[in-house]
Amino acid sequence: MRMLMPWIVGAIVLLVLPIFFGGRSQLTIMSQMSITVVFALAYNMLLGQGGMLSFGHAVYMGMGSFLCLHVMNMSSFGSFPLPLLPLLGGVFGLLFAIIIGSFSTRSAGTVFAMISLGIGELMAALVLIVTVFFGGEEGISGYRDEGLPFFGIEFISNLEVYYLIAIWMFIAVALMYLFSRTPVGRMANAVRDNPERAEFLGYSARRVRFVSFAVSGFFCGVAGGLSAILFEIATESDLNVTASGVILLVAFLGGIGFFWGPIIGAVVFTLLQTVLGLQTHLWELYLGVVFVGMVMFFPAGLSGIIMAHVPAAKMGKLGTLVGPYLTCVLPGILGGLGLAALIEMIFHVRSGAEGEHHMVLFWIDFSTHDVLPWLVALAVAVIGIGLAVRNAPNFKAAWENASTLPEAA
Amino acid sequence: MTSALELINLRKSFGQTEIIRGVDLSIAPGERHAIIGPNGAGKSTLFNLITGRFPQTAGVVELNGQNLAGKAPFEINRLGLSRSFQITNIFPKMTVFENVRCSLLWSRGYQYSFWNLVSNSQELTEAADAILEQINLTSRRNLPAGVLSYAEQRALEIGITIAGGANVIMLDEPTAGMSHSETDYITDLIMKVTEGKTLIMVEHDMGVVFGLADKISVLVYGEIIATGAPEEVRANPRVQEAYLGAAMEAH
Repeated sequence: MRMLMPWIVGAIVLLVLPIFFGGRSQLTIMSQMSITVVFALAYNMLLGQGGMLSFGHAVYMGMGSFLCLHVMNMSSFGSFPLPLLPLLGGVFGLLFAIIIGSFSTRSAGTVFAMISLGIGELMAALVLIVTVFFGGEEGISGYRDEGLPFFGIEFISNLEVYYLIAIWMFIAVALMYLFSRTPVGRMANAVRDNPERAEFLGYSARRVRFVSFAVSGFFCGVAGGLSAILFEIATESDLNVTASGVILLVAFLGGIGFFWGPIIGAVVFTLLQTVLGLQTHLWELYLGVVFVGMVMFFPAGLSGIIMAHVPAAKMGKLGTLVGPYLTCVLPGILGGLGLAALIEMIFHVRSGAEGEHHMVLFWIDFSTHDVLPWLVALAVAVIGIGLAVRNAPNFKAAWENASTLPEAA
Repeated sequence: MTSALELINLRKSFGQTEIIRGVDLSIAPGERHAIIGPNGAGKSTLFNLITGRFPQTAGVVELNGQNLAGKAPFEINRLGLSRSFQITNIFPKMTVFENVRCSLLWSRGYQYSFWNLVSNSQELTEAADAILEQINLTSRRNLPAGVLSYAEQRALEIGITIAGGANVIMLDEPTAGMSHSETDYITDLIMKVTEGKTLIMVEHDMGVVFGLADKISVLVYGEIIATGAPEEVRANPRVQEAYLGAAMEAH
């Protein structure tokens, strides 16, 4: 029962989210989030669970997406229920992964990474060449509501689409979790840690990698099918190397060490992309800074940071961390926001329309030709970051104290 | 009766250099056989040839009468041969328990299935815990294997090696780099867990060799110059000349 709790809570959250976020764009964002969750977890099946770094994984999602759009454009689509479409995408992703995986999973490491990069580039180039299947630069588009109504639902409204995607996401996550608990899923970890040892336990490292790769391809294809349903279009940008890079970033941001890490990564990334993306043109800059900082200082990702608090919580010492958080982490965040404000103001002055001096930042309306806003932003940045740096040793000491057992008396 | 392991004129060259120069060896089922020899004699290479880590240049390796030529390590393992490594070779990020449980999967018939959940198998959990009990790591069960002490990791490595139930066990320098008390501990452990199995080991520590082995082979420059019971080998003048003299007197 305790093991089922996170799943029940997750299902309820998915169910009630539209009550709080019912707007059209909010529903779209949540649908997009769900798709990214499926894709990121499928990706992490390789990276985190199997130790295979792929630079071309958008290919399998993209292929699923294109195939599903072709199905949507068939005259017989009218007799096909839309909710089953992602399954076709999954099967197509699986078949494609079986073909590529049959030679790319011979070894992990650099060889695998380079093959995946090559396949990624190859497919992106093919999109523009094989226009019959990929539709060239315009891509392929279709209409989801032309399918067979499913118990009367035609999936015209965003809410219906959200629930369809959320249910698929829930099932896919559960299946991927169960896969990680099967013998071959467990051996994927063993092969990741030490392929040679795994061979001397009776398992072919190559076969274990191949199975993981194929299963991952299936779930990527499912994500592709969901994407076809949500956006009703697939283009080159869905399967190029940039798209593959993004999913690597998402998985890393959330943390590849825990099964659920990429879920957090997908949620945070989609929020940054959509919400922050609406506020500023520079969101990718901030994302890049966050990503580099993450890889350098917290390679275990957001899930790693969360789990690092567990020992302290178990010893009942979480309270001792509140002070250090307030004196170090909070000023650091404020300082970072101050720095971001400076960057935004410079960007506004350099790239804003001629004669346009007014800008709104953090809900404050001001003129970039006044001195005060610059001074305020500079002061917040310098004081905030200065405080954070000054209190960092304290924070570190408190952290170590909270997460280690007291010396035996 | 077929030998557990039979080597016939086994040879291995790396480029121009012949490292293993025609080894003939027959090891009976249930025997505890130690392979000793000076550094660079080719002991580890011999191990790697037998276990399929390298292909041989010429000659035959037979396990229970079955030719191992061209077989990959995982295939050889499935035929009932398991080995440990000179350098500790475990799964560092997985827990101690999972290390052992993974070693059980193939031999218990789980293979590549994805319709079984390993945590649901009472049988697997009990078997893994029984092995942890045997190697005295029960108290470390849920720690990542990478944080164990060196001696504990060596014990875990032995646990992984025997877990699959293979009846031919090969240990490559199981006590390398250990203190006296740790060596005694591992020696007792090996004695206990290889009961009734064929044991082949490479070892430098003569105390361990004479304590454990029924038979000893001496490998010098890729050739076996003597094979026999410990007392015979000890008395063999060629062995004394080539290698053992000093070590024997010290013993």
